[in-house]
Amino acid sequence: MLSAILSPELGRFALALSCCLASMQFALPLLGAARRRPGLMRSASGFAAAQLLALVVAFACLVVAAATDDFSVANVAENSAVLKPMLYKITGVWGNHEGSTLLWCLILAACGGAVAAFGRGLPDALRARVIAVLGGTAAGFELFCLFTSDPFDRAWPAPPDGQGMNPLLQDPGLAFHPPILYAGYVGFAVPFAFAVAALLEGRVDAAWGRWVRPWTVAAWSFLSAGIALGSWWSYYVLGWGGYWFWDPVENASLLPWLCGTALLHSAIVVEKREALKIWTVLLAIATFSLSLSGTFLVRSGILNSVHSFANDPARGVFILMLLALVIGGSLALFAWRAPVLAAGGLFAPFSREGSLVLNNVLLCSVAAVVLTGTMYPPFMSLLRGQAISVGAPFFNETAVPLAVPLLAAMAAGPLLPWKRARMRPLLRRLRVPGALAAAVLALGAWGLQGVMPVLAAALGVWVICGAVADIAGRVGWRRDPRTLPRRLRLLPRAALGAALAHAGAGVSVLGLAGMSQASHRIVEARPGDSITVGGDRWVLRGVADVAGPNYDARVATLDVYRGHRLVAVLHPSRRHFPAQDQTTGEVAIHTNLISDLYAVLGDEHPERGTVVLRLHRNPLAPWIWLGALLMALGGALSLSDRRIRVGAPTPARSRSRELRTPALEAAAAE
Amino acid sequence: MTRKSRRLWLVGACALGLGSATTLALAAFRQDIVFFMAPSQLLAAEPAAGRTIRLGGMVVAGSLHEEHAPDGTPIARFAVTDGQKAITVRYAGILPDLFREGQSVVALGSLAADRSFRASEVLAKHDETYMPKDVADALRRSGKWDPRFGPPPSAASWNNMTAAARPATDRPVAADAPGAPAGRS
Repeated sequence: MLSAILSPELGRFALALSCCLASMQFALPLLGAARRRPGLMRSASGFAAAQLLALVVAFACLVVAAATDDFSVANVAENSAVLKPMLYKITGVWGNHEGSTLLWCLILAACGGAVAAFGRGLPDALRARVIAVLGGTAAGFELFCLFTSDPFDRAWPAPPDGQGMNPLLQDPGLAFHPPILYAGYVGFAVPFAFAVAALLEGRVDAAWGRWVRPWTVAAWSFLSAGIALGSWWSYYVLGWGGYWFWDPVENASLLPWLCGTALLHSAIVVEKREALKIWTVLLAIATFSLSLSGTFLVRSGILNSVHSFANDPARGVFILMLLALVIGGSLALFAWRAPVLAAGGLFAPFSREGSLVLNNVLLCSVAAVVLTGTMYPPFMSLLRGQAISVGAPFFNETAVPLAVPLLAAMAAGPLLPWKRARMRPLLRRLRVPGALAAAVLALGAWGLQGVMPVLAAALGVWVICGAVADIAGRVGWRRDPRTLPRRLRLLPRAALGAALAHAGAGVSVLGLAGMSQASHRIVEARPGDSITVGGDRWVLRGVADVAGPNYDARVATLDVYRGHRLVAVLHPSRRHFPAQDQTTGEVAIHTNLISDLYAVLGDEHPERGTVVLRLHRNPLAPWIWLGALLMALGGALSLSDRRIRVGAPTPARSRSRELRTPALEAAAAE
Repeated sequence: MTRKSRRLWLVGACALGLGSATTLALAAFRQDIVFFMAPSQLLAAEPAAGRTIRLGGMVVAGSLHEEHAPDGTPIARFAVTDGQKAITVRYAGILPDLFREGQSVVALGSLAADRSFRASEVLAKHDETYMPKDVADALRRSGKWDPRFGPPPSAASWNNMTAAARPATDRPVAADAPGAPAGRS
């Protein structure tokens, strides 16, 4: 019934309609803003809502086609199958190129709708221009979707059953990874649109910064969560025991994150001090450009990656033209209009602004080396025909040394006052974090292997303690302890969120330090054999057959003893999917949040009665993703700040309140 | 703090950041670039021992031998060919699920003194029809496959295309029963 209404044809029509609406959303409000016609300017919201609605219908049609096994749709036939569980039939919609492009457009339209809905307090012209820029971008990608990757293409004759999706993708973590990641990627379209609108308008002020920051925080939180989810997926699905491989696709998601993190911080300076305006506009353009390149360069076939979907030259050319238009156009506009933007407030190098500049310089340097390492191989193969690759050692040797000063400055930055800071009060407030970090440094030098892990452990503790010291100073922890919870509640949520995000970064760094001490062994074992890994004794009890919904599995049973105590029973398995004739390994993980026991079942050798096992002990592994989760939560907490919820731009009052926090009072009293 | 001195200071900070990034990148490029080579190129060039190379080609059907070290670590030996030369690859670890004899593979490692290849990582992350771009290019260059004339030659014929002697095998070859996971007989 539903499939009769929401047919693929309706879907394609809705997609085409949304493309027309997006073009109108681009042209009319821009015209209205240029000619000062309030009616045309206000039409932006209507177009944004209509475009979103059309895309929701298109996406629903594709979901219905996938859920009802309509194999006459080529995309469904290629990626779904009757036997696939329902959850994966639905999430499989965005597990392929066409469907994920549609999802991408849908999220972009949702951003436009969100600006229309939440942006009522914006000046008319600015809102019209922002929504128009979002519409223009959306129109381009909807054209791409229609012309080169139509998800509603029919297959003739319709096959009786689909080919099914890659079994590696049949996993709950990956099912929700793309929407979250795309929300992050696409979310940066809003700061980008604000930047382009500001260039068109020729004005950037504190109100602009106040609008840009929450959108950046939201996109950044989604991107952080998305990257962490992807990294976690590769940890527990790929079964290599690692969490980050510096693969081009991973780098492509890291680059906008680095740039977006810089943007997040420089937008604070615009909001509070009206300085770094031109730089912030440039960062907003760069972040979205990197997001676009990240999602689409991989698909154009330029970056050779294990993740890439099947490539098609027509797609690549279209995408490159689109990227050139969006990125080149916005940069040209920047070059033309940026000098119009007036320079802002003055500050001393040693101040909050100065620390945020340092943050920006270092983050952009890390982004620059990651970009170099990612783009060097395709350029070399293009220019000199040399097939080369740049692996993890390059990134470890370049990005890590730049991250060390970044982390070192991270604890101090939030403790500095605006405009001009003094060393003495800062040192006094960093006494405790410094002492703890020094203690960890000493302990680590004794207990950990390698220089970087020791340094990372100390820096992680330093950053976490710095965040705690920041909150303790703001809340005035020396004063009456009975009113402490109330004072804590009265703190601006943005400050709490920032501290939480900083602490999250520290937790992640501690996780990285712990993972560097991981131990693993690969053994060929018989049932009954016992194997020692990192102080634990693993006993292989046996291997059995288990049938799944669309696969057959071989499941091993492993007992892990620490001393004589049974700590865990693990069941790593191998699944064979007859539909695709593929075998995947299912990793078994037992975690107590301090360390992971991680087991992979390899090949079996029935003639010898043995199986190959890979056994890992990964200390602090969950902290890596836990820290990222804290960062995303910090972003969410900061978004719930009263100033943002109320949303009215009231510069003078909110700024003076900000200045009167106890920490700054204490600093002023020195 | 005047506007001028602030600008000077900002430019200095940026120059310092980008300068150190450039220095680090150049220093790392000197040693960390990994070249992709086909077996014939690798044997002709003979890079220094310890230099990391990405070796790509087709796994010679029937060349896979699995044994294990005294401590139980499984060791796989197989030959990789580009149709001109074949090289033996030694890999301590679990071969990926998609590893098949007669299909393309990429191995990361270095050339040992005995002119065999010590792999630290073996990648075969692709389905039966897909071939890594680097491997396809290498095969095209060696004249063994022109994609304009259809799919790559069948796995069985790779044995005859290489000069390397085919090691005796007592197991059915995975390539004879396409899709059967290697190593499970």
